[in-house]
Amino acid sequence: MQYLAPTTVEEAVSALASHSGDCRILAGGTDLLVRMRSDMADPDAVVDLKRIDAMKQITPEDGGWRIGAAVSGAEMGEHADLVADWPGVVEATNLIGSTQIQGRCTMAGNLCNASPAADSVPAMVAAGAVARVVGPDGTRVVPVEEIPTAPGRTSLEKGELVDAIILPERGARGGDAYLRFIPRTEMDIAVVGCGVSLTLDDDGTCTAARVALGAVAPTVIVVPEAADALIGTKVDDAALDALSAACSAAAKPIDDKRGTVDFRVHVAGVLAKRAAVIAKKRAGGAA
Amino acid sequence: MALDDKQQYQTREFKVVGTRVKRPDGVDKVTGKARFGADMSAPGMLIARVLRSPHAHARINSIDTSAAEALPGVHAVVTRADFNEITDDDFTADILDNCMAGDKALYDGHAVAAVAANSPAVAKAALKLIKVDYDLLPHVTDVDAAMAKDAPVLHEGRTNESVPDGMSPNVLARYEFGHGDIEAGLAKADRVIERTYKTEATHQGYIEPHACLASMGPDGQADLWCCTQGHYMVRNTCATIMGLEQGQLRVTASEIGGGFGGKTTVFLEPVALALSKKTGRPVKMVMSRSEVLRATGPTASSSIDVRIGMTKDGRITAAFAELRYQGGAYPGSPVEFGSMSAFAPYDLENVKTVGWDVVTNRPKQAAYRAPGAPMAAYAVESAIDELAKGFDLDPLAVRLKNAAREGTKASYGPTFPAIGLEATLRAAKDHPHWTAPLGENQGRGVACGFWFNFGGDTCVTLNITPDGTVTVSEGNPDIGGSRASMSMMAAEELGIPYEQVRTIVADTGSLGQNEVTDGSRVTFAVGLATIEAARAAKREMCKRAAMVWGIEEDAVKWEDGAAHPAGENAGKHPPMTLKDIAAVASNTGGPIAGHHEANPEGAGVSFATHMVDTEVDPDTGAVKILRYTVFQDAGKAVHPDYVEGQFQGGAVQGIGWALNEEYIYGDDGVLQNAGFLDYRIPVASDLPMIDTVILEIPNPGHPYGVRGVGETSIVPPLAAVSNSVSEAAGVRLTQLPMSPPKVLSALHSK
Repeated sequence: MQYLAPTTVEEAVSALASHSGDCRILAGGTDLLVRMRSDMADPDAVVDLKRIDAMKQITPEDGGWRIGAAVSGAEMGEHADLVADWPGVVEATNLIGSTQIQGRCTMAGNLCNASPAADSVPAMVAAGAVARVVGPDGTRVVPVEEIPTAPGRTSLEKGELVDAIILPERGARGGDAYLRFIPRTEMDIAVVGCGVSLTLDDDGTCTAARVALGAVAPTVIVVPEAADALIGTKVDDAALDALSAACSAAAKPIDDKRGTVDFRVHVAGVLAKRAAVIAKKRAGGAA
Repeated sequence: MALDDKQQYQTREFKVVGTRVKRPDGVDKVTGKARFGADMSAPGMLIARVLRSPHAHARINSIDTSAAEALPGVHAVVTRADFNEITDDDFTADILDNCMAGDKALYDGHAVAAVAANSPAVAKAALKLIKVDYDLLPHVTDVDAAMAKDAPVLHEGRTNESVPDGMSPNVLARYEFGHGDIEAGLAKADRVIERTYKTEATHQGYIEPHACLASMGPDGQADLWCCTQGHYMVRNTCATIMGLEQGQLRVTASEIGGGFGGKTTVFLEPVALALSKKTGRPVKMVMSRSEVLRATGPTASSSIDVRIGMTKDGRITAAFAELRYQGGAYPGSPVEFGSMSAFAPYDLENVKTVGWDVVTNRPKQAAYRAPGAPMAAYAVESAIDELAKGFDLDPLAVRLKNAAREGTKASYGPTFPAIGLEATLRAAKDHPHWTAPLGENQGRGVACGFWFNFGGDTCVTLNITPDGTVTVSEGNPDIGGSRASMSMMAAEELGIPYEQVRTIVADTGSLGQNEVTDGSRVTFAVGLATIEAARAAKREMCKRAAMVWGIEEDAVKWEDGAAHPAGENAGKHPPMTLKDIAAVASNTGGPIAGHHEANPEGAGVSFATHMVDTEVDPDTGAVKILRYTVFQDAGKAVHPDYVEGQFQGGAVQGIGWALNEEYIYGDDGVLQNAGFLDYRIPVASDLPMIDTVILEIPNPGHPYGVRGVGETSIVPPLAAVSNSVSEAAGVRLTQLPMSPPKVLSALHSK
């Protein structure tokens, strides 16, 4: 196996584009190395992104944030301004694995691993994040929900990589939150996950919202009906009930070792409600 | 000399026993220096990997190993054809078949071939080149399904004569215990309940995967280093399988990262020896976690019917249980222990249990901490709890009313001597936990548990060094702190400081036969042998002092670590300390040692009562453990830290079993959760600190009153947690694990 550690994005793209075999991207490695150790992956080459300086940066951009693909969860958690703007996105990323894993795992890696249960993804989707994709034909910007296409599959073409996740401007009265259900308290994988982001106007009416669910479909799903249930309301009990019902209705999960269809459908609604209450509070809304 | 030789309990003032001394293995373990199974290497060593069946049940028509053998770097491949068949010992023949499949693969993960190669990568590549021609057979993994008349059959002709005609050949044995007249007793009850409970198979979850290093020479001598609970068992089993004389196979036990019963048999060792024999090179094998879960020995899953009658004042009039355990693909599920222990905590006039041992297409079960008892206690303690609450009676009072005590004829036969059940129940009733307020969606559960405890073959040798330090050699791998405990008991008996004693776990060439570290036997049996070995050494030291002083041996007594002249005619001599005597040993007859070999029988049964508070999230079914207290009789806690650790460890494993741990098989009979992500043992943040209360009701059969404590602690938690969750949820749960989907479904069915 070949190990490549380019120092520029161009070199990384060129390595990915030119390699003829099974060539994998290594950011934190918290998925890739586990797969390799458990005989689920046997790549011919690994391209490590961590030597590329720009990929290690959290940079203000257009009122929002550009987060390099090799930034770890722990680095995000220690970035006070980022946390102030997007606490839901950061707390979702900080739920991945353990303290040790947090030192390595990345949000871009979590996205490109394309698991429907990825913790950071519903939060990013709710936040309206976009992925900056660099490839042999240049750079494009893609809504994050369009990157995973199925479990373990992405829309990235050969030679392409995500070099940064871009979070939009938060605005004055915005708040986001992510909650997941796991049978334990940590070191686990979401049975259902829900990200909610909303904006309130001066009198506390919700003017914009995005709601995303994880682990209830082959990819993380956006639930516009759930957002509609909040927009124009004061995010009161009736709105929360409507949100909950919309999320349960949108959930199309499977029965598996981690949960049943009935359980996931019900809990999707429960988590949406709880996450919306937190997001509202963070947006400065009345309890 | 004037020494008390009695092995029976004698009241005494302890100086070392009962203190919290520093553990001797602590520094090496926290610095990473301790050598576990995978830490040993040898010159010229090969690495071996195992090819495992991907099918739950399949006939093996042929195995073509030629391509694997031709791969550069591969030294040998073994299959069952490389082993001699064992025809006169079914027990060991089953172990061999489990280590390497014969004409059938009996479960997902069953070993079918193994490769020894220069490197792990080559061994892994070689596995892909082995071609196994399978005929798939129908399979069964559920115990009730396996008992159905039309169930797929694993073995023909292995049914024990205790099984009535007409049952599935998967039912291998029937057990029955009890006394009195069930129907007559039930007729006297104010209420009779009849319930069925189910528990899933769980794994011990020890942190260290199995590993060994084998070296077998052409001269018929062999050495084996391995992680095990009993290297003497490994020696004897491997010698039988390999056709070796026991004395020619030396086994050394590594440090052990947990066992809990799962390391009381062999999985890799005969395969490593066979590969070493074939290659003439040392061969190392290390399991992955997935192999541990697929192909070692989880405990049985169970299905249990209980029928209990109670009067409205809480007296049990009759109790019946029928227990069905599947123990994987071979005979020997722990249903006999389950049937014996189910009602052991109670003094019952009419009691009966019937147990069925059933085979399924799952890995061969191994012991798991009080094997068979937790599931039986879960069923019985759930039913008693439901009856008590139905009559609005205090569940502790009901248990006290029916509690077994000294003189009770146990449901499994014997009459109990002094036991500690009542003491644990009274301690529970008096504890602030019992009356602490509970909030919304919270519940409190209690349950009792019993374990037999065992003795078994034991050897200890205690040597006095020339500078007067003491070394103790025992033959039991130290899982629960036995090196510290043995050093403490030796120091206590000799009257010297703990720091003056070091205990080691000796290899199989150094001592006689030792039973494995199981059955909560070590602190009891090895402790007894250590005390007796120390007494033998004291006798010898008194003799040496008598020689120096020129007086009779019986005019010398041992006190506070020194020989003293005793009696009127002994004369006035300054005491000779152990160090003084050691210094002149060479001139008074040579080195001084004491040893003791025994199969002690007075192990003394053990009881516990557990109390747990839980909170149920009504919207998700998630269960949180809020508070947990263990009350258990230790006889005498030699090292209280270790005793508390055993109480806490058993409680935590029981919580895992109750809440989220389970073997999940798909319709294809393949294990779906062979990893610690989806086989969910509790993590630290799932748990409160487990509080412990040590009761000390001395065991009459041990000189210091010690009882085993290692296993009883896993018996009550399944029921205690279930009783607590049932109260918090407001609905009775009768299946484990109580994972969130199950609890939510129960809440929605209210």
